Amino acid sequence: MKKDSLGIVHTQYFTFAEPPNQLQLKSGRSIGPITLAYETYGNLNEQKSNAILLCHALSGDAHAAGIYQDDKTPGWWDDMIGPGKALDTDLYFVICANVIGGCKGSTGPSSINPETGKPYALDFPLITIADMVEAQRYLIDSFSIEKLFCVIGGSMGGMQALQWASAYPDRLISAIPIATALKHSPQQIAFNEVIRQSIMADPAWHKGYYYEQGQPENGLAVARMIGHITFMSDQSMEEKFSRKLRKENLSFQFTDDFEVEGYLRYRGYNFVKRFDANSYLYITKALDYFDLSGDLFIPDVKKTNIRFLVISFKSDWLYPPHQSQEIVRLLKRKHAYTTYFDLISTYGHDAFLIEIDDETRLIKNFLTNLQQH
Amino acid sequence: MKPDHHIIANFVHEGAHVLDLGCGNGELLSLLRQQKNALVQGIELDEDQMHTCVEKGLTVLQGDIESGLVDYPDKSFDFVILNQIMQEIKKADFVIQESLRVGKRVLVGFPNFAHIRARLTLFFSGKTPMNKALPYYWFETPNIRFLTINDFIDYCSKKNIIIEQKFFLGKSKLINFLPNLLALNALFVITKI
Repeated sequence: MKKDSLGIVHTQYFTFAEPPNQLQLKSGRSIGPITLAYETYGNLNEQKSNAILLCHALSGDAHAAGIYQDDKTPGWWDDMIGPGKALDTDLYFVICANVIGGCKGSTGPSSINPETGKPYALDFPLITIADMVEAQRYLIDSFSIEKLFCVIGGSMGGMQALQWASAYPDRLISAIPIATALKHSPQQIAFNEVIRQSIMADPAWHKGYYYEQGQPENGLAVARMIGHITFMSDQSMEEKFSRKLRKENLSFQFTDDFEVEGYLRYRGYNFVKRFDANSYLYITKALDYFDLSGDLFIPDVKKTNIRFLVISFKSDWLYPPHQSQEIVRLLKRKHAYTTYFDLISTYGHDAFLIEIDDETRLIKNFLTNLQQH
Repeated sequence: MKPDHHIIANFVHEGAHVLDLGCGNGELLSLLRQQKNALVQGIELDEDQMHTCVEKGLTVLQGDIESGLVDYPDKSFDFVILNQIMQEIKKADFVIQESLRVGKRVLVGFPNFAHIRARLTLFFSGKTPMNKALPYYWFETPNIRFLTINDFIDYCSKKNIIIEQKFFLGKSKLINFLPNLLALNALFVITKI
């Protein structure tokens, strides 16, 4: 089944929260103006009833599908978005925005602070998943979309979908949280802390004020390497690398003898070119602060009419299936319409970006049936 | 339409909340939604069957039957359906009790092991009976327990479970005479005060 690509797409920008109407953040601080970089695919119908908000993960951005004129790298979920695909752009209007705190066109620590004329760096306030969602709400309002047809995302994107369901239950018809959790576990926080420490331990970090001299490249590369280990599974690493050597023989030196080492270094140092170290700190912190467990998700007195499709992957040990099952448990207690799949995959947490066939079948059918109801 | 599905669809009231444990490809739930506007939820373990359910627009949770019930509050459903799964589950008593807690009524359907043909096969050939309701060889059957209509009636009286209605099915029609001998399948509507 060959499906069409979206072709050339463009990033757009939306600015709001101009002083004095700055955005009040969960931390108590406020910030403004805020710019969100976003992309849209497909057309918003007249009733404005076919909008799907797609939320990206930790290192994702607004470029979810299609290609740019001068860069042929397709968006991060290109296989899922387009005519005839899971998020069918013949039917739906898909919106994807870079999160606040990010570094791909949305306001974040690397953006210029209008008060000083310099990058915010660590003057940027800490942000939460709820703040990200609040910023997205302004964007959705700017389209005059009353009710989203669906909010969907994997990993941190899934948290945003859950946050939307919790904060604005009347503004979405369905939510598809994938490979995600209601709260970060100590293990997840621990990984993120090691990730942050590796950035902050790099002398080039300069306590966050590095923008004139350049990034803490080594620290950020190591941080990303740790991340990549957690995205894969024991089995997928065995299949991809086994103990294969990069050269014919062991070097008996501290070089990257094994393919897995070469892969991590390549991924790590490639990441440095496209991601801001401070953004990585801010966003991992937002992940760690996330907690919608217990009554926080859907308050006791409330009933939800949102239809949920919860998806986990059996080999995902970073966001293991039991965390998705915890979401399902709460939804069962609320008698919410819930479909839950624990998909077979060997790819670990990466599966949500890779297991396109199963996800397509599931999400497409789920959305199609929602339309008919 | 399967005769047991026909009976269940007649019995379930309009707009009922229904939970089907081991809902398979969602055939029964689709029927209940279509004929009775029932609000249906399925629980199923098999991924392919689940995909079929989602294609039909059913809400279905992947999980096993034993652990699927615990999170539901008391009397969450008008009906909990345990159709043709009793013989396959490990903790039958637990599942029935949990179903009675979660549902106002429970529909239990199972093949009757005491059917006369089964008795005769066992008696005369000395082999494990096979028939329309028990179509498997011993080495490929998913059934881990064999129960009879009388077994189930005994069980209900021991556990103070009220049998509201019972249906006994032959090859094509309902059986009213000597059901434990002549019925291939049984369907009980049970409840607990």
